[in-house]
Amino acid sequence: MKLPIYLDYSATTPVDPRVAEKMIPFLCEHFGNPASRSHAFGWKAEEAVEQARANVAALVNCDPKEIVWTSGATESINLALKGAAEFYKSKGKHLITVKTEHKATLDTVRELERRGFEATYLDVRPDGLIDMKQLEAAFRPDTILVSVMFVNNEIGVIQDIPAIGELCRSRGVLFHVDSAQATGKCPIDLGALKVDLMSFSAHKTYGPKGVGALYIRRKPRVRLEAQIHGGGHERGFRSGTLATHQIVGMGEAFRIARQEMAVENNRIRALRDRLLKGMQEIEEVFVNGDLDRRVPHNLNISFNFVEGESLIMAVKDIAVSSGSACTSASLEPSYVLRALGRSDELAHSSIRFTLGRFNTEEEVDYTVDHLKAKVAKLREMSPLWEMYKDGVDLNSVQWAAH
Amino acid sequence: MAYSDKVIDHYENPRNVGAFGKDEEGVGTGMVGAPACGDVMKLQIRVSKDGVIEDARFKTYGCGSAIASSSLVTEWVKGKTVDEAATIKNTQIAEELALPPVKIHCSILAEDAIKAAIADYKKRYGESQQEAGAKAVNE
Repeated sequence: MKLPIYLDYSATTPVDPRVAEKMIPFLCEHFGNPASRSHAFGWKAEEAVEQARANVAALVNCDPKEIVWTSGATESINLALKGAAEFYKSKGKHLITVKTEHKATLDTVRELERRGFEATYLDVRPDGLIDMKQLEAAFRPDTILVSVMFVNNEIGVIQDIPAIGELCRSRGVLFHVDSAQATGKCPIDLGALKVDLMSFSAHKTYGPKGVGALYIRRKPRVRLEAQIHGGGHERGFRSGTLATHQIVGMGEAFRIARQEMAVENNRIRALRDRLLKGMQEIEEVFVNGDLDRRVPHNLNISFNFVEGESLIMAVKDIAVSSGSACTSASLEPSYVLRALGRSDELAHSSIRFTLGRFNTEEEVDYTVDHLKAKVAKLREMSPLWEMYKDGVDLNSVQWAAH
Repeated sequence: MAYSDKVIDHYENPRNVGAFGKDEEGVGTGMVGAPACGDVMKLQIRVSKDGVIEDARFKTYGCGSAIASSSLVTEWVKGKTVDEAATIKNTQIAEELALPPVKIHCSILAEDAIKAAIADYKKRYGESQQEAGAKAVNE
């Protein structure tokens, strides 16, 4: 077993070696510009791009013509939200999203608010899921767009996308879904889902960083205002020379995901459950988010009376994160856990374990033993643990907040 | 975030972790911070009859820098008189541990913890003993 152990697959995944192998010929050998229509170099690249597009479409059951390449999920989300809001602004100016969304969505919606749109940020229930009644109540006559993530990046809960889709479609409101964390983790059927726009990332599903895609429904047709101009590539939705090797990588990664996800998810779920069982042998641990409506590879736990950052520092042989990689540089506790109604202490004490394709039972067992020892050591050092053991109610203490 | 070697050393081998008995003679206890902010420090000093801090203990809930800051100050206060210990500044702690700007609050908390422990000691044992100690040292 090699240290450190990587348990941060929701931050990014390694590129599957089979994917890397497919990508390499498109760097030096088949380097043509897929937009070159006048020679074989261009044709070869175009063929590879279209094969990749078909592979991405197959994973989510849509028409390849509905897939537009981007630089990643963040760009896809920006194009979907800004593009739809700007195109449909004559219909209305109200948007609905959720407090536990990724920053790519929240920051984009904030930007749209600066441009004159209005937004409602839905709360979630303590299990991390949206309350459908609250969503229904949030619709206004001028609502044009709803954006909800399929799978939450921190706690891994799966929102009820079919039901939200029905609510939106029946009101003629566009529905965008951020699926960066969902591909290869749960089945996605765009033939059945009433979803108009869906964002994808390659690097969360064993593909390379720097490439993603946006699904734009053709029936009923969804229109977008382009955000990047220059050449009219991707049917005018997103200009710029296509990154053939990256796109080939994403296609191959999604092809493998489609082929292997059923078997792979069972294996990873078993590892996750083994990890959970081990962690539950520690006193005062709390799982954040619903355990059933959750992707198989995520475990987000709060170790009460131990501060998360110090725990991560203590388990330096294990690569995990507290909250998302995008926010862990800040001192604020996770806004996702706060939105679940977790106390500040528990939000400050959380660790996200996300397992993946290359983890083993041995690694999970090492992680359990390591965590047990380190949590015990830090609790020995924790005045809060001492007070808890002495029977002091921490809520009754007058803290000198700073 | 990369930590300095000194922070890592104090974090991995914290000095003087623990607690004195509640009714032990000459002990002052300071607890500062709040769980909601992500840091709570408990610092204890045990002062001899002549006003010198003989020993110190800490327990800290917080990040690596908070733990290192409290570990460091338990070393620094030992052998100092109560009044000398009260002059330790957060800037000295931050400098010694090479804390980055986002972690300066850890050193502030450590300074507050010393002051709180000294205040508690003075409240328990009064100025008289402390003054006597200072006098003894001066002589």
